[in-house]
Amino acid sequence: MSVLKINNVTMQFGGVTAVNNLNIEVQEGRIEALIGPNGAGKTTAFNVITGVYSPTEGNVFYKNENITGLTPDKITKKGIARTFQNIRLFKNLTVLENILIANHLRINSNFLSSTLRMPWSNKEERQMREKSEMLLDKLDLLRLKNEIAHSLPYGEQRKLEIARALATDADLLLLDEPAAGMNPSETMELSSFIHNIRDEFNLTIFMIEHHMDLVMEISEKIYVLDFGQLIAQGTADEVKNDQRVIEAYLGVEEDA
Amino acid sequence: MTGEIFMQQLANGISLGSLYALLAIGYTMVYGILRLINFAHGDIFMMAAYFMVFSIITFNIPWFIAIIIIIIATVTLGVLVEKAAYRPLRNAPRMSIMISAIGASFLLENLATYLFTGVPRGFPDIKVLTSTVKLGSLSLTVATLITPFVTLVLLYLVLFITNKTKIGMAMRAVSKDFETAKLMGININQVISITFIIGSFLAAIGAVLWGSRYPSVMPLMGVMPGLKCFIAAVLGGIGNTTGAVLGGFILGMAEIMLITFLPAFTGYRDAMAFVILIVVLLVKPTGLLGEKVTDKV
Amino acid sequence: MMDKLRNKNNKLFLNILLIIIFASIIILLDTKKIGDAYIRRILNLSAIYAIVSVSMNLVNGFTGLFSLGQAGFMAIGAYTVAIFTVPLAARAKIFYITPQNPVLAQIELPFVIALILGGLLAALVALLIGLPVLRLKSDYLAIATLGFSEIIRIVFTNIKSITNGALGIKNIPTMPTMWVFFGIAIISIGFMWLLINSSYGRAFKAIREDEVAAEAMGINLFKHKVMSFSIGAFFAGIGGGLLATLFATVDPNQFYFPVTYNFLLIIVLGGMGSISGTIIASFVVTSGLEILRFFDEPLSMFGVNIPLFRPGLRMVIFSILLMVLVLFFRNGLLGQKELSWKLIFDLLSGNKSRKRTGEGGAAQ
Repeated sequence: MSVLKINNVTMQFGGVTAVNNLNIEVQEGRIEALIGPNGAGKTTAFNVITGVYSPTEGNVFYKNENITGLTPDKITKKGIARTFQNIRLFKNLTVLENILIANHLRINSNFLSSTLRMPWSNKEERQMREKSEMLLDKLDLLRLKNEIAHSLPYGEQRKLEIARALATDADLLLLDEPAAGMNPSETMELSSFIHNIRDEFNLTIFMIEHHMDLVMEISEKIYVLDFGQLIAQGTADEVKNDQRVIEAYLGVEEDA
Repeated sequence: MTGEIFMQQLANGISLGSLYALLAIGYTMVYGILRLINFAHGDIFMMAAYFMVFSIITFNIPWFIAIIIIIIATVTLGVLVEKAAYRPLRNAPRMSIMISAIGASFLLENLATYLFTGVPRGFPDIKVLTSTVKLGSLSLTVATLITPFVTLVLLYLVLFITNKTKIGMAMRAVSKDFETAKLMGININQVISITFIIGSFLAAIGAVLWGSRYPSVMPLMGVMPGLKCFIAAVLGGIGNTTGAVLGGFILGMAEIMLITFLPAFTGYRDAMAFVILIVVLLVKPTGLLGEKVTDKV
Repeated sequence: MMDKLRNKNNKLFLNILLIIIFASIIILLDTKKIGDAYIRRILNLSAIYAIVSVSMNLVNGFTGLFSLGQAGFMAIGAYTVAIFTVPLAARAKIFYITPQNPVLAQIELPFVIALILGGLLAALVALLIGLPVLRLKSDYLAIATLGFSEIIRIVFTNIKSITNGALGIKNIPTMPTMWVFFGIAIISIGFMWLLINSSYGRAFKAIREDEVAAEAMGINLFKHKVMSFSIGAFFAGIGGGLLATLFATVDPNQFYFPVTYNFLLIIVLGGMGSISGTIIASFVVTSGLEILRFFDEPLSMFGVNIPLFRPGLRMVIFSILLMVLVLFFRNGLLGQKELSWKLIFDLLSGNKSRKRTGEGGAAQ
């Protein structure tokens, strides 16, 4: 089934058209990637999906439900979670707190019962903690649980951001350049990490990436954006040999 | 309500509005560039008034020279506040710079109370400005009459600087995208200083015209006008200079109309600005001439 | 020996000891065995200021909203207590120029009810301000709350049949014991502490850290901001009500907006992310302000009058202090950490803890 459907989406800012008539359909359980030169409109597309921007035209569907124009928090509640290009962790809070916060959206207690430590609220809090620690354990981050987020090494911070998105009980993860700033061995690790979480948590993953080795390695389908328009889509091999893609990336093709 | 009284109040409204406009420009420009509410702006206006009091009354300087002196003094003060209270915190969390702004404002108010005492002083009577002129059935002081024109001339000047000069282009670039402007080699410190110079200059002129209209000078005289003028800037569209002037006029007009038509509510004339703020935020938060600012995520 | 002291049971013992010492001091003061009225007043005032400062820190320090409205919310709480607790018989004499509103003139409430009512009214007003303002970038909250504090003074001066205008209300019944102030302070601050350490408190902190990320993690920004702001206003109202009974009189000029600066100084000094820091700073600043009165009196040394010392110097020093703090010591005493035995022992044994939980450091 199509988990995410971007339907004729156009995003204009004043005179600039950042995304032009975009049509993408991501299937359930897959790992798919959105690539393109810098400024092609990839993060803008993410921002439209997650509700940060309301598209000038077009619609976004999540599991066949129209989510266009909803606020980001509502969209996350539906099951879409994201990471950011420039890591946006809650820097001064601990690793565990970062994860716990991602559980808040599902809380049933109101602030009074939560504050007054009512028995049902205490139970909820315990469950949130257990769930969070289990998640951290599965992702090999439990030993760091009391560390301050910004004191973590870069690679772990990226992992934590992904973990945090997972903690919202999302079914669809949007990863914005998860491998940015990583060296080849870290990228390899990330590659298996993404593969594992997809399998373990039954996710669909849609990512923006520049690291072609990562993209080619794990993406089951690739979409190529240039100047806000979709210029190619297909498997890694199909896209690699597409003339328009090569031209758009002129000069970068050596690494691809 | 006779036509005469109405015309009289209309003129008052326009005049008060232009005073608000002068201060509002300062707020809107600083917010446009630094995304900072310069809480101290109203207090700089207050200091300008005190400078006039001392120049003319204490030191007996002729008024036309005094004006030049206080302009220089006020501008210096404005730039000093920026250098001491805002610049060091440019890379600090937003909360810190906001606290510094309000702290600077508070410090100026307390300094004024300490140095000049809280007893209101009389603004010097500049005959040229306070003598009355008769226009038909209207009786206005020269100050009231010329204020709108002074404001419009100064607005034109500010717009000229921002739109037609190199430094103005730099200012616009910085207000659109701070980081990129820096990377493009624009001297941010210079741009910011010029912004404060322009704002303080306008505040000084405003103080002279204000004092001729409301001759009571006190340490806290800048608080209400300051708040109102920021609201005027929001009404007009924060970051937009013409909007600030428009907002100022509307606010001044509305205030005078309130006390003209609903004299029972005169005590609430200051509260009206806040009602307007709430309405603006509910109906059109970007203001009359403002554009939506998109944050990069 | 230090390691033994860090042991959990020992911490419990130390905490109990501390509580006993603290309670004893208050009891001794309260029963007038030690101290005098002046000291009691300063301590009661510090307790009230602690409540209001923590309420301001909840909004500013923990949620990251810049609110300057505490004075205004205090005014609401103070006047509610004033209006409803003055005995019915005494009211005509107080409202001698404009008679009290006939509906209100019939109602006399017990102190606690009036106090809570005051808090609720303050929270209601906060809701009205917050609904339009907090939907947008929180910058405007500063202006809106500053303005509100000014306006409330104007309004209270004008609605004479309710507030008695500029004359104010006197003969408010006072409390016979310090425990009213300290007890309510403990309850209020305790509540806010529990709130901060709950899931909702974490949501507030997330908003402070990174609004965009918080929203992306499913947190409804508007709802939580309004929540924080209203709860902060509630406790500021409680503080105001307590102030009314401490001073036995209220008038519109008591809550002139510069009062808010006291709390701003307190939370910056104590650390904008620390409740214990705020509590400590409340006592320091409240007593400090009293001591600073010294600067407002003319001072002569060797028979020569030093011209610097005259009214107004106290507030100049106060505002310079605020500027120095925010420019050079913006983390204050405790930053985002809470006071703990571990911290105290680390300091005493001379080693600074390597893992500073919460302090961001220079590059924050």
